[in-house]
Amino acid sequence: MLTTEPNLTRPDDTYARLIASHDGLTEAESHAFNARLILILMNHIGEDAVLAEALAQARRPA
Amino acid sequence: MKDLVPERYALAFRLYPYARSPDQDTPAPPRHPVVIVGGGPIGLATALDLGRRGVPVVVLDDHEGVGLGSRALCFSKRTLEICDRLGAARPMLEKGVQWNLGKVFHDDRLLYEFNLLPEGGHGFPAFINLQQPWFERFLHDAIVAAQAAGAPIQIRGRNRVEAVTPAADHVALDVMTPEGPYRLEADWLIACDGARSSLRNMLGLGFDGRVFEDNFLIADVKMKADFPTERWFWFEPHFKSGDSALLHKQPDDLWRIDFQLGWNIDRAKELQPANIRARVDAMLGTGVDYALDWCSIYTFQCRRMERFRHGRVLFAGDAAHQVSPFGARGANSGIQDADNLGWKLALVLAGRAPETLLDSYEAERVQAADENILNSTRATDFITPKTAVSKLFRNAVLELAETLPFARSLVNSGRLSLPCTYDGSALNGPDCAQMPARSRPGSPCPDAPTPEGWLLNRLAPGFTLLTVDATAPDSLAAHGVQVPRLALATTPELRDRYLGSAPGAVYLIRPDQHVAARWATYDAAAVTAALARAIGKEGSC
Repeated sequence: MLTTEPNLTRPDDTYARLIASHDGLTEAESHAFNARLILILMNHIGEDAVLAEALAQARRPA
Repeated sequence: MKDLVPERYALAFRLYPYARSPDQDTPAPPRHPVVIVGGGPIGLATALDLGRRGVPVVVLDDHEGVGLGSRALCFSKRTLEICDRLGAARPMLEKGVQWNLGKVFHDDRLLYEFNLLPEGGHGFPAFINLQQPWFERFLHDAIVAAQAAGAPIQIRGRNRVEAVTPAADHVALDVMTPEGPYRLEADWLIACDGARSSLRNMLGLGFDGRVFEDNFLIADVKMKADFPTERWFWFEPHFKSGDSALLHKQPDDLWRIDFQLGWNIDRAKELQPANIRARVDAMLGTGVDYALDWCSIYTFQCRRMERFRHGRVLFAGDAAHQVSPFGARGANSGIQDADNLGWKLALVLAGRAPETLLDSYEAERVQAADENILNSTRATDFITPKTAVSKLFRNAVLELAETLPFARSLVNSGRLSLPCTYDGSALNGPDCAQMPARSRPGSPCPDAPTPEGWLLNRLAPGFTLLTVDATAPDSLAAHGVQVPRLALATTPELRDRYLGSAPGAVYLIRPDQHVAARWATYDAAAVTAALARAIGKEGSC
């Protein structure tokens, strides 16, 4: 099951690291970076059902 | 004089020249149990299977042999196993090229190498590369050998079907020959006349699916190069010879080269030898001496007929379903159609199974076609991404594949063609939870070494009762079908592939070497019931 309760050990630090890692990238490079990151995280999660849930959550209109 | 059946393409091998048949001089149309239309690999394999089962079969082909051009190239392990059952595999294996090592490039970088390292303890390799004309020729050689042994197979060259008239208990055909027309009738008609099936068109049947907007240039190049026997695949190659490129070895110093050209191209211009040579030069580097052997530009679709059985007309191979070439699922899946159909039609013609058994041909092979179309579509979408974001992720996978092993499993330049497991088939009987998933009911039997030879070679042409460390009678007879037993003792391979954690195993195996049902111990009533189910006698009333 997809974890939607807080799970990051250092949320503010991790979020800042995510934003900072895009520093100096063009928009195209940022997109490519994000694609690589998604693939790496997907592999870490592994479970198809969990990823399907995550994809559905991300697709839901805000 | 006007040529009534003109050749539409040049032949690689003239195997069955036109000869007048007595059927052309009979007043009333003669009736045959089975007529097959199309003398390609699927028509020949189907004829061979039926003929070896003693079913009289007439093959009508509008040419006198095998067309020129290497076309289908990769023949899978399952295809070789089926051809071995049909007595045709040995020369294929001798002439074919075996390879295990593949390399994947992006631009000018080698991303990674893979070794297929096929599982040991199988009679045949994962696949071989062999030009289609040779594959067909070896099937034809096996037909000639079967004919000499009494198999009732006739092949009629330059016999073109002009009209087909289905009736309740037969199909009537109007056939044109170089000497004029004649008529004949078939209890059952099998259409193996390819992706542009004229029988399908004459019957007004649809062929729906997805068209891929891309062109591929295929060039067979003859060279005595010291290139290693490996499969090389480029995404966005640095030599700009196409959006992707493939280099694959064939027998006879031939190399198959594929270039992806894109959608808006000038076909005639791209097919000019000078332009093909420019692309090949860029790929191979300068100073490589080669000759162009055969070239073609193709586009492709993934589509299938809604139904493969229309009364007494059965469709098989490309006539029934078409896939992209990535993953070698065209000819290989067609051979499995033949494998699935032969024994069922033979039982129906012998009056031992109801006609509805043929509905299971449709159900099982539609399932296989959908599986092949899904795999083939996914490979095609990876090789030729259809949207900007699809390309973004594709290239992200390629970039990561150079350093991170997980990403290599996502690179898809065509998945190895594996036979379909008929999960959920109406013919499947009981399963046993302790046994391995790979040999569950519906699966093709995994091969294994036994003291007296390969397991698959020891299965009967009809049904087989395979026992591993289990007691059972030496044979059983039920529903008009004889089932001999093959009794084996456990080996490490048999434990891994058939026993699992069960102490013993009893398998009922179909004539096409797929598992019908399995149990830990023999029970006569259970086996008899499973046999009835496997020949379509249960649930059909």
